[in-house]
Amino acid sequence: MPDIVTEIIHKYNYWLYIILMMIGLYAMIAKNNLIKKLIGMNIFQTAIILFFISIGYKEDATIPIIVGGHGPEMSHQAIEAAQYMNPLPHVLMLTAIVVSVATLGVALALVIMVYQRYQTLEEDEIRMRVTQ
Amino acid sequence: MIAANYPALLVLSPLLAAFVNAALIWVDRRLCYPVTILGLAASALCAWKLLLQVLEEGAVSYWFGGWPPPMGIELYIDKLNILVLLVICVVSLVNIVASKRNIHAELGIKDATFYVIYLLFVTGILGVTATADLFNLYVLIEIASLASYGLLAMGNRDRAPWASLNYVFLGVIGASFYLLGVGYLYIMTGSLNMFDVHSLLPSIMGSSAIVVAFVFCLIGVWIKMALFPLHGWLPNAYAYAPVSASRIIAPLMTKVMIYVMIRLMLSVFGYQYVFEDLQLQSFVLILASVAILAGALLALAQQDLTKMLVYIIVCEVGYMVGGAWLGNANGMTGAILHIVNDALMTFALFLVLGNIAYVHKKTSFQDLRGIFGSMPWTMAGFVLAGVSIIGVPPTCGFFSKWYLIVGGIEAGAWIFVAALILSSLASAVLVFRVVEIAFFPAEDEEHGGHGHQEAVLNEAPLPMLGSLGLVGAGLIAVGVWSGFVVQKIIVPFVHQGMS
Repeated sequence: MPDIVTEIIHKYNYWLYIILMMIGLYAMIAKNNLIKKLIGMNIFQTAIILFFISIGYKEDATIPIIVGGHGPEMSHQAIEAAQYMNPLPHVLMLTAIVVSVATLGVALALVIMVYQRYQTLEEDEIRMRVTQ
Repeated sequence: MIAANYPALLVLSPLLAAFVNAALIWVDRRLCYPVTILGLAASALCAWKLLLQVLEEGAVSYWFGGWPPPMGIELYIDKLNILVLLVICVVSLVNIVASKRNIHAELGIKDATFYVIYLLFVTGILGVTATADLFNLYVLIEIASLASYGLLAMGNRDRAPWASLNYVFLGVIGASFYLLGVGYLYIMTGSLNMFDVHSLLPSIMGSSAIVVAFVFCLIGVWIKMALFPLHGWLPNAYAYAPVSASRIIAPLMTKVMIYVMIRLMLSVFGYQYVFEDLQLQSFVLILASVAILAGALLALAQQDLTKMLVYIIVCEVGYMVGGAWLGNANGMTGAILHIVNDALMTFALFLVLGNIAYVHKKTSFQDLRGIFGSMPWTMAGFVLAGVSIIGVPPTCGFFSKWYLIVGGIEAGAWIFVAALILSSLASAVLVFRVVEIAFFPAEDEEHGGHGHQEAVLNEAPLPMLGSLGLVGAGLIAVGVWSGFVVQKIIVPFVHQGMS
């Protein structure tokens, strides 16, 4: 039993992202209001962004910029990869954030179109009016 | 100079045309159409040149900015994706030629906006097909998806935005699952280049994280391609869209995602891992068989030509997923050939739909009565495409079905073979039902007591008929030349991928 607890504490970032993802998924499936669904969708995407960010993190590491500047006297100095965080997941997530912002924008525009047509954001009411 | 940059030009020329178009909206909207044609034609030319190059010298690898692959971003074009690229270019070009009047009739002043989003969609799917980088694949899937949300929402104002919104929700879940899978792969290998990942994987194959990565990627791609239990977003999104949008998204989006699945299976995870280490094969085959039967049954239940066609797509997705998972060369050959064939067949059917929608505005079965009299050429195109869907020899549908069935028998997947044959019967029923309805004139005319009235010829305009004729000829040409395509292009790739 203590094994599992230490395992959970040791990899808390994975558990956090899974919990966030499930909250987002729950909101997308169970909520009736379109805006709440959108918020759930955004939580879902953010969870994955957090997951990527957390895998680039390292204990006691710094940003990947060589301290002390540059120039010929720096080039011989060995670079210890262990001292620096991996910048790639962070850079990837910049792109993913842009994608999720774009998705949210398109989705909000669609919600506005739906609202203009049906004067409501509750999904069951929209469904009722569609089948009429 | 230009010859070396064909892969980049292939993807970038529609993007450039989109930017030029976005600027031209403010100058003169009439210029947008020629620019669109120009951008797509440039892509098609690049794809054709690349096909010749790939046939002669083998795979083409393009390094952006001259950075070599594991570090830099690579476009990789080999015998598998050049076929898909060529189909995308041809379909998008022919569609825009055929759609000009549809777009004007349905969208009016918004036509220039439509062209811009259309070009972005083509950029997205071309990029998905050409890239060799797993993260870029995600970004380009999202570009194509975002463009398709926009295109699909431009249709019927009552239903299209809501249908498109549901597509957004499921599309985001699909793409996010794929991204999650890529994340796990990145943790395990530290690389995002497909071929680099492939070379790094064998040492860590036992890890459960790799299984999770594969399953996440697979589920993401399945949602995007609308495999049966995950197909819920597709019917409404396509049925209420403007016909000129649905007839490019319907043939291409699902096929491109199937290409992505085959690419992941063969080039990233590898034959050994997918078919021998993982025990998923029988499960996926049952899933595919259920998808085929469910798609066919749902198509039989429809009373509207548009809805019938979208459920045929659900059915055909099952064919290709099943073929790819048979795990032998014939099944894989059939699946790849069916990507090309099904894109053309679906495109031909949606062209027919576009012609009918342009002339009659309605596509339910009651409105199709006696349509043979007024639109003989369009309906001839429907019969040809329908015959191809059923799988009658001179047309291309027969050959891919043949490979799929032979592969199914070799693998002993009898449920899959039975599903294939049953769904072929179902599609025969579907096609002949439409032909029967369309052949006999409307009942009220017969009961009117005026005898047999001569139907007034009311055909679609020439560009639309010409495109349909071209695609119809293409259906037969691809069928006749399928031996060449299989021997020169598909079989070498399949043998390399499955060894």
